[in-house]
Amino acid sequence: MIEVRNLTKRYGDITAVRDVSFTAQTGQILGFLGPNGAGKTTTMRIITGFLPATTGTVKVAGFDIFEQSHEVRKRIGYLPESPPLYADMTVTSYLRFVARIKGVAKRELPDAIDRALQVCGLADVSTRLLGHLSKGFRQRVGLAQALIHNPSVLVLDEPTIGLDPRQIIDIRTLIRELSRDRTVILSTHILPEVAQLCEKVVIINAGEIVVEDTLENLTRELSLEQVFLRAVTKDTGAEHEAGVAEVNA
Amino acid sequence: MKNVLTIAGKELRSYFVSPIAYVVLTGFLLLGGWFFFNLLARFNFLLSLYSSFRNPEAMTRLNLNDFVIAPLLHNLSVVLVILVPVITMRSFAEEKRSGTYELLMTSPLSMTAIVLGKFFGAFVFALIMVLLTAIYPLILLLYGNPELGIIASGYLGLLLIATAFISVGLLTSSFTENQIIAAVSCLVTLLLLYIISWPADTSGPVLGSVLRYLSLTEHFGELVKGIIDTRDLVYFLSVIVLSLFLTHRSVESIRWR
Repeated sequence: MIEVRNLTKRYGDITAVRDVSFTAQTGQILGFLGPNGAGKTTTMRIITGFLPATTGTVKVAGFDIFEQSHEVRKRIGYLPESPPLYADMTVTSYLRFVARIKGVAKRELPDAIDRALQVCGLADVSTRLLGHLSKGFRQRVGLAQALIHNPSVLVLDEPTIGLDPRQIIDIRTLIRELSRDRTVILSTHILPEVAQLCEKVVIINAGEIVVEDTLENLTRELSLEQVFLRAVTKDTGAEHEAGVAEVNA
Repeated sequence: MKNVLTIAGKELRSYFVSPIAYVVLTGFLLLGGWFFFNLLARFNFLLSLYSSFRNPEAMTRLNLNDFVIAPLLHNLSVVLVILVPVITMRSFAEEKRSGTYELLMTSPLSMTAIVLGKFFGAFVFALIMVLLTAIYPLILLLYGNPELGIIASGYLGLLLIATAFISVGLLTSSFTENQIIAAVSCLVTLLLLYIISWPADTSGPVLGSVLRYLSLTEHFGELVKGIIDTRDLVYFLSVIVLSLFLTHRSVESIRWR
């Protein structure tokens, strides 16, 4: 469960995120959408405790991200936009390092690493150096890293980027399975992915939440593309319709 | 504590899986060997010179500690001024550039564990560097009779100066995500601390003694002479603790910026 309340983040004069509030329930995948530069990554960095908010609060699994940051960080798995990999480590040694700093007990380490390798389809490359892996594998190691300590909350920033179609299907299946007893925030630019996976959709534009609703309600009359374009373009007119036609094509 | 060891182990591994460790160690020992060879050759030359003059007074002043080990340690400390920035420049800068900083900062680690982990990783590397140069006094011990106590005190000095350098290196690395900026600002700071006492003789008694106190060489020189004074130990510990404290603040600043 994630509760974001009135979150604002300013960098000097620039307001990256303005008064953002939304809630993600356990067992739910929340699709977090928005154009580039809308404040998605900033919001996710605040939720994971990487950046402090200027004002507002975030509660993750009942713990306040500012007051009980340590408890939150134990329970959260985070895949940033670019997977945080050490190029000179092998897949296994990297996962062992991450598991240890995430607080996995020593006797559970081998199981945790095996499980992450299996689940993310990395068993064949477990002894390869991270710097030598292809983009798809790097992305999967990034996901394995987010899962290794069995967190109750997952924050995934574009998890399927750079994967081939089969891997995308695998990862989506995996995310759906994981979401059964977890809270998942999924940021992506691929709208069909949201339509397939997410129960709830939050759209952010220019630092403000413009849509927060269930996928079902949103797509009752319009397609998700239309909803998205309508949300992120203020004037509805010919330009907008042209955009929809483009997306549909 | 467990986290400190995990991070220290990762740091140490990262030195040795990249060529950095081997390049630095080879360079350090190559220069050290060259210094040692030349100092020893000069010592032999003086020895044969003084004995041909039959000058017993000069002969008593000629000893391995003052003529070989002390200048060797001073030379090695200058090499450390150049090599330590190369060792520490990656520590924080590289994590920031490659995005792994986000992993560290969103893990349930305390800032203290991160800073101390990085410090101990680099410290163990410096310890390996210093210990490898022990081969030179060992050779002297095999074939001559230098004073062991003075050697031990000098090596304590070399280790302390290396540790102080590392702490400054971590600090400059924590300011930036550019390794070259980290290395250059560390090098400049260390050189400045090294030569800060140069105007001490001409700048009056108060300023002079302050400059002398700030200088790394003055304190290092005492230890090389075999004088273990609390004042010098306190100086090195202050540099180390202050730099690590500031590194901690600098790393934590992401939380309140």
